[in-house]
Amino acid sequence: MKDQRTPLVEMKNISISFGGIHAVDNASVDLYPGEVVALLGHNGAGKSTLIKILSGAYKRDAGEILINGEAADINNPRDAKKYGIETIYQTLAVADNVDAAANLYLGRELRTPWGTLDDVAMEAKAREVMGRLNPNFQRFKEPVKALSGGQRQSVAIARAILFDARILIMDEPTAALGPQETAQVGDLIKQLKREGIGIFLISHDIHDVFDLADRVSVMKNGQVVGQARTEDVTKDEVLGMIIMGKVPPKAIPGPGAMQMA
Amino acid sequence: MADITQGKTQGAQANRARTADENPVKRFFRATEIDTRLLGMVGALVIIWVGFQIMTGGLFLTPRNLWNLTVQTSSVAVMATGMVLIIVTRNIDLSVGSVLGFCGMVMGVMQVKFLPQFLGLEHPAIWIITLLSGIAVGAAIGALQGSIIAFLNVPAFIVTLGGLLVWRGATWFVTSGQTVAPMNATFRLMGGGTEGSIGATASWIVGILACIAIVGAILNSRKQRKRFGFPLRPVWAEYFLSILGCVLVLGAISVANHYYWPTNIARKFADANGIAWPDGGLQISHGIAIPVLVAIAVGIVMTFIATRLRFGRYVFALGGNPEAAELAGIKTRWVTVKIFTLMGILCAIAAAISTARLNAATNAQGELDELYTIAAAVIGGTSLAGGVGTIAGAMIGALVMQSLQSGMVLLGIDSPFQRIVVGVVLVVAVWLDTIYRARAK
Repeated sequence: MKDQRTPLVEMKNISISFGGIHAVDNASVDLYPGEVVALLGHNGAGKSTLIKILSGAYKRDAGEILINGEAADINNPRDAKKYGIETIYQTLAVADNVDAAANLYLGRELRTPWGTLDDVAMEAKAREVMGRLNPNFQRFKEPVKALSGGQRQSVAIARAILFDARILIMDEPTAALGPQETAQVGDLIKQLKREGIGIFLISHDIHDVFDLADRVSVMKNGQVVGQARTEDVTKDEVLGMIIMGKVPPKAIPGPGAMQMA
Repeated sequence: MADITQGKTQGAQANRARTADENPVKRFFRATEIDTRLLGMVGALVIIWVGFQIMTGGLFLTPRNLWNLTVQTSSVAVMATGMVLIIVTRNIDLSVGSVLGFCGMVMGVMQVKFLPQFLGLEHPAIWIITLLSGIAVGAAIGALQGSIIAFLNVPAFIVTLGGLLVWRGATWFVTSGQTVAPMNATFRLMGGGTEGSIGATASWIVGILACIAIVGAILNSRKQRKRFGFPLRPVWAEYFLSILGCVLVLGAISVANHYYWPTNIARKFADANGIAWPDGGLQISHGIAIPVLVAIAVGIVMTFIATRLRFGRYVFALGGNPEAAELAGIKTRWVTVKIFTLMGILCAIAAAISTARLNAATNAQGELDELYTIAAAVIGGTSLAGGVGTIAGAMIGALVMQSLQSGMVLLGIDSPFQRIVVGVVLVVAVWLDTIYRARAK
């Protein structure tokens, strides 16, 4: 059923290497509207690298990216944003020394008719968005450095949804968070999903994402081991894919699947 | 859910408790939103001033000395405003002294040797053509160095260390080491002195305009906050800030107006204008010196750039987290080029001030200024780790450095010992700042 629709994102046969090491080797993934796809794998499996190609941080050596079925030309983060792709990085990519409003609008500041920064309008909008996401948040005037990990992550997420992202990439979004904040992020993902946003969720911890994802794609050594709908596989089977590259019967094997003798 | 609600009420209670626990001093600073760090610097400046006043037996805090102090500070203060942006983005510029020297030499040759050939001596347009050509040269040098740093990925330290040698060498090359003098009479006004001051009436007008601007800014910010329903400052705090600002401005102007022309110049002026020489001498006020006005204007413009424009926002974001800035889609390389271009322009303005003051362009002009400029920015609270710094702080930093030197001259301390003291003060200032920041966390 799903396959008859045009995928929101299709990354086909992507390869990139750094100094002779194939970080990503002939990998293909896709994403449909309102769907959460978890990208799983060990540290260094190539999942972050693959997704950084989509977000424009790296330039691919080979392969193509289709957005809504059309070839997309993504060479830098600005290009990616033009296609509605927003990324939330695991390193909490916020500018530590400026306040929440400045971070939300970084690179796309609101300006007054005289061309100066309209800080008051930005702060008002920031209060509105943050109020929806995290009603406890009150520290709008302080540099982001002074905030807790969860608060910083909500700033990063608010930043993405503020600009009506259609494709959201979340790289270990809960890695720096406590249990309650993790639950909040989970609720948020479900809410965004209902709004028809496609989400790539990247993690090396299967427990983080198994309940949220509709499908999982597993990577190992830069290659896609295989992909499966979460209802068709168990956590143990997915673990087998992550650790050994062993593809369970109901999953679709990829180029990185363990060769069965 | 119950957990969250409970957590929220607890948080609110804690908040209220925190406000109630605050002592009056803390509440005062919170209400007025005065930057305590900046206040600390002003405090240090006051201590230095009072200290020298006592040690020199009342020679330091005189209108004459304070007036000279501001004039001597202006050249380095102008450059320090640009150095803040450079250090904020985790770069450094070691070439500013040499760029100052080169721009000064270009401007000297321009007004003394080149332009008079076509326009005749003392043509009224000479000063502006000279200044604009100096600024163009400074901007070009800055853009060149910035491009090498941004696009060829050579560290700023190395590029500007090279620049330090290259532009000093170029300064020598222009006139084969000869000093160019004297400067054009109009151009010389930028250096201050008796002629280069705006007099009592104009100074008061400037002061009143500044007061109107201060009150206007406070009213406007209150109106903006009201428009979006943000928390407002208490009314008494608004009044306090307005009155404080106006008192400081008018006080400074009063001091400048109490420094009168030296007797012999006043006598010449009286003779030339047919004024009878009164008993007790003719008292003509200096008023604010033009270089000081230039420095203040540069400070205001740079503060505007740093806090109100998108470019300034990018500079600070870039300094705080270069990777995040890049990922946010900021053209970080262009921002770097622009910062260094701006620095080059400021060097040219500083060169105009210092050549006009000296009434000559020499090949040693601005030597060691790079170190004073960096020191002023750092004493003024600019963090070498990047992301933190204010224009006003750097300008006060420049004033602190100059106050130390000027005070030691008044005390008759030998030149080598002066440098030792300045060096020690720099290190101690940064050490104190480190402690302050560690506690602020």
